[in-house]
Amino acid sequence: MNGNAKVRKKVLAASSKSTIERSWLARIAAYPHIIWSLLFIVVPLMFVAYFAFTDMNGGFTLENIKNLSNYGETFVLSLFFSLIATVICIIIGYPLAYFLARQSPKRQKILVLLLMLPMWISLLIRTYSLMALLDNGGIISTFLVSLGFEKLSFIGTGGAVILGMVYDYLPYMVLPIYTTISKIDNRYLEAASDLGCNSLQTIKNVVFPLSVPGIISGITMVFVPSISTFYISQKLGGGSFDLIGDTIERQFQNKMTYHTGAAISLVMMILIIISIAIMNKFSDGDGGDIIV
Amino acid sequence: MFKMNKTKNVISGAYIFIVMLLLYAPILVLVIFSFNESGNLGNFSGFSLKWYSELFKDATAFTALKNTLILAVESSALATVIGTFAALGIYRMQNKLVKSLVTTATNVPMMNPDIVTGVSMMLFFVAVAGIFNFPNALGQGTMLIAHTTFNLPYVILSVLPRFKQMDKSLTEAALDLGCTPSKAFFKVELPFIVPGIVSGAMLGFTLSLDDFVISHFVSSPDFQTLPLYIYNQTAHNVKFSMYALCSIIIAVILLLMLAINFIGARSDAKRTFGKNIKAEKRNLAKH
Amino acid sequence: MKINRIASVLILAFMLAAIMLSTSACGENNSDENTLYVYNWGEYISDGSDGTLNVNQEFEKWYEKTYGKKITVNYSTYSSNEDMYAKLSSGAVSYDVVIPSDYMIERMIKEDMLAELNFKNIPNAQYIDPKFTGEGAYYDPDGKFSVPYTYGMVGVIYNTKDVPSTEASIGSWELMWNENYKGNILQFNNSRDAFGTAQYYLGLDVNDNNAESWQKAYEKLLEQKPIVQGYVMDEIFNKMSSGSAAVASYYAGDFLTMYGDNEDLAFYYPKEGTNIFVDAMCIPKCTRNQELAELYINFMLSEEIAVANAEYICYASPNTLVVENEGYLESMAEVHPNAIDILYNQAESVPTQYYKNLSSEQLERLNSLWDDLKIESSIGTAVYVIAGVIIAVLVAAIAVGAVKKSKNKKMWEETEN
Repeated sequence: MNGNAKVRKKVLAASSKSTIERSWLARIAAYPHIIWSLLFIVVPLMFVAYFAFTDMNGGFTLENIKNLSNYGETFVLSLFFSLIATVICIIIGYPLAYFLARQSPKRQKILVLLLMLPMWISLLIRTYSLMALLDNGGIISTFLVSLGFEKLSFIGTGGAVILGMVYDYLPYMVLPIYTTISKIDNRYLEAASDLGCNSLQTIKNVVFPLSVPGIISGITMVFVPSISTFYISQKLGGGSFDLIGDTIERQFQNKMTYHTGAAISLVMMILIIISIAIMNKFSDGDGGDIIV
Repeated sequence: MFKMNKTKNVISGAYIFIVMLLLYAPILVLVIFSFNESGNLGNFSGFSLKWYSELFKDATAFTALKNTLILAVESSALATVIGTFAALGIYRMQNKLVKSLVTTATNVPMMNPDIVTGVSMMLFFVAVAGIFNFPNALGQGTMLIAHTTFNLPYVILSVLPRFKQMDKSLTEAALDLGCTPSKAFFKVELPFIVPGIVSGAMLGFTLSLDDFVISHFVSSPDFQTLPLYIYNQTAHNVKFSMYALCSIIIAVILLLMLAINFIGARSDAKRTFGKNIKAEKRNLAKH
Repeated sequence: MKINRIASVLILAFMLAAIMLSTSACGENNSDENTLYVYNWGEYISDGSDGTLNVNQEFEKWYEKTYGKKITVNYSTYSSNEDMYAKLSSGAVSYDVVIPSDYMIERMIKEDMLAELNFKNIPNAQYIDPKFTGEGAYYDPDGKFSVPYTYGMVGVIYNTKDVPSTEASIGSWELMWNENYKGNILQFNNSRDAFGTAQYYLGLDVNDNNAESWQKAYEKLLEQKPIVQGYVMDEIFNKMSSGSAAVASYYAGDFLTMYGDNEDLAFYYPKEGTNIFVDAMCIPKCTRNQELAELYINFMLSEEIAVANAEYICYASPNTLVVENEGYLESMAEVHPNAIDILYNQAESVPTQYYKNLSSEQLERLNSLWDDLKIESSIGTAVYVIAGVIIAVLVAAIAVGAVKKSKNKKMWEETEN
């Protein structure tokens, strides 16, 4: 293309662009949304920050932030539970996603549907049904007792909470991994086997590296809701394990402790956003990465 | 994908079967025991529809269902209107800084844990109610605002790609033929982005049906949606009619998914239901 | 100039929010004329299940018949006094009738949250046993703000299948601290009642203003935490009925309900003493339909309704119409052979004490102790180590991935060049 034509095209593009981009509709179209998100996203978050740094009388204070050290154990415990749950989800979910992707297309369709169905069922129902199954007087326990075993004492243990997280969020781990694996170009795999890779080596050298974005997105999808849950720990942990979500929820049950609750929320939000940002930044730098 | 030998096939089949079984066992138990005659989880004493008839007598459950549907329709409609125009505005925005600020603010409710979104809105509503003296602020109005807010990013996420896919020369041709830009939008662009709007609206609708955490903070006990009703039920003496309710919900979801996937609904509707919503979160976040 | 613009956008935004909120509030206001908002404990009214009387529906019918106007009762439930207080005190919800317990009523009167009742609209208040008026209404000495609904005492429920009758700690709070029932004990999930169990056990004053005494109770609860299966409120019904837990402390009336589902359960009032409470109907200041609320309270006191409620919730009734009703006595005997005895006559067998409203300083202390109890998890170093290892592995994996990626990129760039 010669220089002249280039310039002409640019000018043309610019002129038509500017008319449409400066039309009244284009200019005001985003305003309702901008106002809405200012008002109901930005301002409420500012309220969280405001409450985190003020006391009952509205004066500035760092007390709430200082008091967070009381909740150190809660943070560690939540982190521990949600990390374990995430790791278990990867361990169970990765092979599942891999096997799924190797089924015949017709089967894949049905199986993916089956995997997705629980995601559309309310989390409350799934958690509660798990509790009904595992409750110390529930079906499994009754069955074991009728076989002459000791009565099961499972609800109210840490294991029950982790199991609940794995059970509730496993599909969120499997689906993104499955999507990335099923999108892998067959020719890569053929090339790998032509070059003498056995199937394990193919997984290690081709499939796994290409599915990392899926794993990363699975991790965020399991980790974020796990660390902030309160229903799972209430029902399956019997209220004996206080996770960050429970602590926040309890603070907002009482007007006197709104400020502490806001401080905990603020810190949790910042930690999560930072960790997601780091993960996105380092795992796949292909997007614009303007945002976390 | 590619072929495997038989033993591997059996192993993978068995693995899938076992995980699926574990995934479905609790739900199946719930459904089976909703037909249990005695209100006891320990043993199945006989088939009965008693809990279903009990459920149909429960006016609170019906009110909750009505509230849920109204809220889902209202919030997804509102979000669709605001979100569609927002997508247009964002697409046409020239100032890069403003554009990235707007998209970031939009994405916040998707990246944030639900509990933080819920808490922030509650603090805001309570403060506004205090300042302007509305003793009854929490309720349907605040629920509508909250649901619209978390639906918005998903609508924008569905519509924006359609704008990007659109052939620019179409609009240019319309302009050359004498359309005003706004006329060009309604005549040329809007029909093209309709599938995106539809899928955004459906996504918003289902998200609104399902939301519990945010609603938990911004609702008042006298305006309950189904998830809140279920939460409340499980905090009290759970009657087996709750199991019946859950079974009905599961059946409806199953039917919907089957209908959309097998009877060949529109491809966009299919995509919506088949979408891994949260995976979309990340994709949008990266745009 | 620019700041002005931003400011005007913000102001506009705030106005918009105000308009939206007000329209929504007004929208509800219109229907409020005909809607009565009742906020009550869970499982605390006859609701029509299993062929019982649906009290709220009856009220709607009665109102329509008497006044020729349709109204609806919007009924919602809470699971503890503190929950109810939290919602009401946020200032963002409003109710017409609430039914808190004694100490909470005292607090709400002090904080000017309750409206004075017009007893002209509540003639049935005359049937309240004089024991519960005047001096008896210690939480509302002038009797201006409340009409008693039920009363009762806290006791210990146990499953006779799990707890042998030879168990020495039966009859005492000690059963709740018995290591043999580790993982099978249920404790209250509200601060006042939970601390109460420890205080009665230790012989402390539940209304004490002394920090040390509360600290002692806290330590006792901390000692109990490892053997507790859960902190629950109304979830207890399912857990005790299904045999998921062996020992629990709860309200006497609710024991009778559970006994209806599981006859293996047994109950006693601990010999060290226990709590006696009165729950009473009140009208919050934020009501918009006080007269309708008063009619509702009056309706709740009428014989048929009060009997239906008392039979459904199984709590002791302060209403003389109920206690003198033969049908009621018979039906209670069907629930449990000693029902009447447990509810009405055993109060003198053990020392009892009312909860009083605590000073705000003490309330704050109670809150923070309760919070400490809930977050206490005595996690071992293993937890820290494992969490640390997982994070380290993740960080390492991310770093390795990043390095590899940049290497690859470089390689590609080099080959391209």
